Amino acid sequence: MLPKKVKKRASLLTILLSVSVISVFLILNALNKNILYFNSPSDIRLKSDISTNKKIRVGGMVKKNTLKISDQEIKFIITDFKNEIIVSFKGTVPNLFAEGKGVVAEGKLKDKKYFIADRILAKHDENYMPPELKNIMKQNAK
Amino acid sequence: MFNFFSNSNVFVWIEKLINFIHSIFFALLLAALSFALILSPPDYLQGDSVRIMYVHVPAAWIGLASFTCLALLSILNFIFKIKNLTLIIKSIAPIGLIFTCIAIVTGSIWGQPTWGTFWAWDARITSMVILALFYFIIITIQKLISEEDKANKISSIVAAIGLINIPIIKYSVEWWNTLHQPASIKITGESTIHTSMLMPLLLMFFVFILYCALIFLMKYKTEIIRIKRKSLKRL
Repeated sequence: MLPKKVKKRASLLTILLSVSVISVFLILNALNKNILYFNSPSDIRLKSDISTNKKIRVGGMVKKNTLKISDQEIKFIITDFKNEIIVSFKGTVPNLFAEGKGVVAEGKLKDKKYFIADRILAKHDENYMPPELKNIMKQNAK
Repeated sequence: MFNFFSNSNVFVWIEKLINFIHSIFFALLLAALSFALILSPPDYLQGDSVRIMYVHVPAAWIGLASFTCLALLSILNFIFKIKNLTLIIKSIAPIGLIFTCIAIVTGSIWGQPTWGTFWAWDARITSMVILALFYFIIITIQKLISEEDKANKISSIVAAIGLINIPIIKYSVEWWNTLHQPASIKITGESTIHTSMLMPLLLMFFVFILYCALIFLMKYKTEIIRIKRKSLKRL
C-alpha cells in the first residue's frame, strides 16, 4: 500500500490536471474561430457578418491558369476546390508563390467574390524531394 | 542496490559517459553536417533553403521531447518525492529552453525566404512560444525560490499544466488552418520527405540528442557538486 501522503498528493495533482485540461479545452473551443490563421473561400461565403473594413486573411490554392500579371497588379483566384475568390494584389510576392501552390492573402474584402490583398504569403506543403525526382514524376504524369 | 544510485556513484558513471560522448561526438557532428549541408540534394521547390530544416526540425523535436520528460518526471517527483529526480529536472529544463528557442529562431529565418514573412501568429508558432515561456517559468521558479521543497512543488504543478500544451503543438497544424505546413514525418504511414533528405535529418537528430546528453550530464555533474559543497559547509 502507498502511504497516505503519497495518495493525497496524487489525487491533488489529478484533480488539478483534470481541471486545467477541461479549462484549456473550453478556452480553445471558445477561441476556435480566432485561432484559424486564415479563412477558406468557403468560410467567407458562409459567414454573414463579415465586414469589408476589417483586415482578414484568405487562404487556399492558387487556381491553375488563373494567374495574370500585368504592370499594375497581380490577379489570381484562390480556391479550396469548393468555392473561389478573386484576389488582386499590388506588390512583390514570395519566391514560392506559384500556380497550384498554397497561398495566404492578407487584406480586405471588396465583396464576397473579390478580395484586395496588401500582403501575400506562400504556404508550402509537407512534401520534400530532390529536383530530379520531381522531373521524373512530371514525365510520368504526362 | 540503493548505493548504486547514490550521488558519488552516479558521479563516476557520468564522468565515464561524458568522456565516451566526447570521443565520438565531433566525428559524428562533422559527418552529419556534411551530409546535411553539402551531400543531400536541394529541394525541388525551396532549393537550398530547405537545409535549415536539418537544424529546425531536430531542435523542435528535442524541445517537445524534453518538456514531455520534464513534465512526467515532475509529476513523479511531486507524488513520490525522489531526490535524484529533482536534479534530473533541473538539468533538463535549460536544454529544452535552448532548443525551443533554436527551433523558433531558425523557423523564423526559414519563414522569410519561403513564406515571405519572419513571423506569423498562427497556432503552431504561438504554441511553440508558449512552450518556451513554460520552460522559462520553470527555470525561474527553481532559481528564485530558495526553499527546495516549495520550488519543486510549484514547478511540478507548472510543468504538469504545461504538458497540456504538447499535444496542442503536435496537432495544431491539423486542427486549425495554419501557415505552418503539416508534419512530413508521420508516426503511422509513409513520410512525405524523400529518403535522401530523411537520412541526413535523422542523423542530425541523433547528433543533437548526443549533444543534449552531453550538456545534461555536465549540468547534472554541476548539481551534484553543488549538493556536496552544501553538505560540506554544514559540517
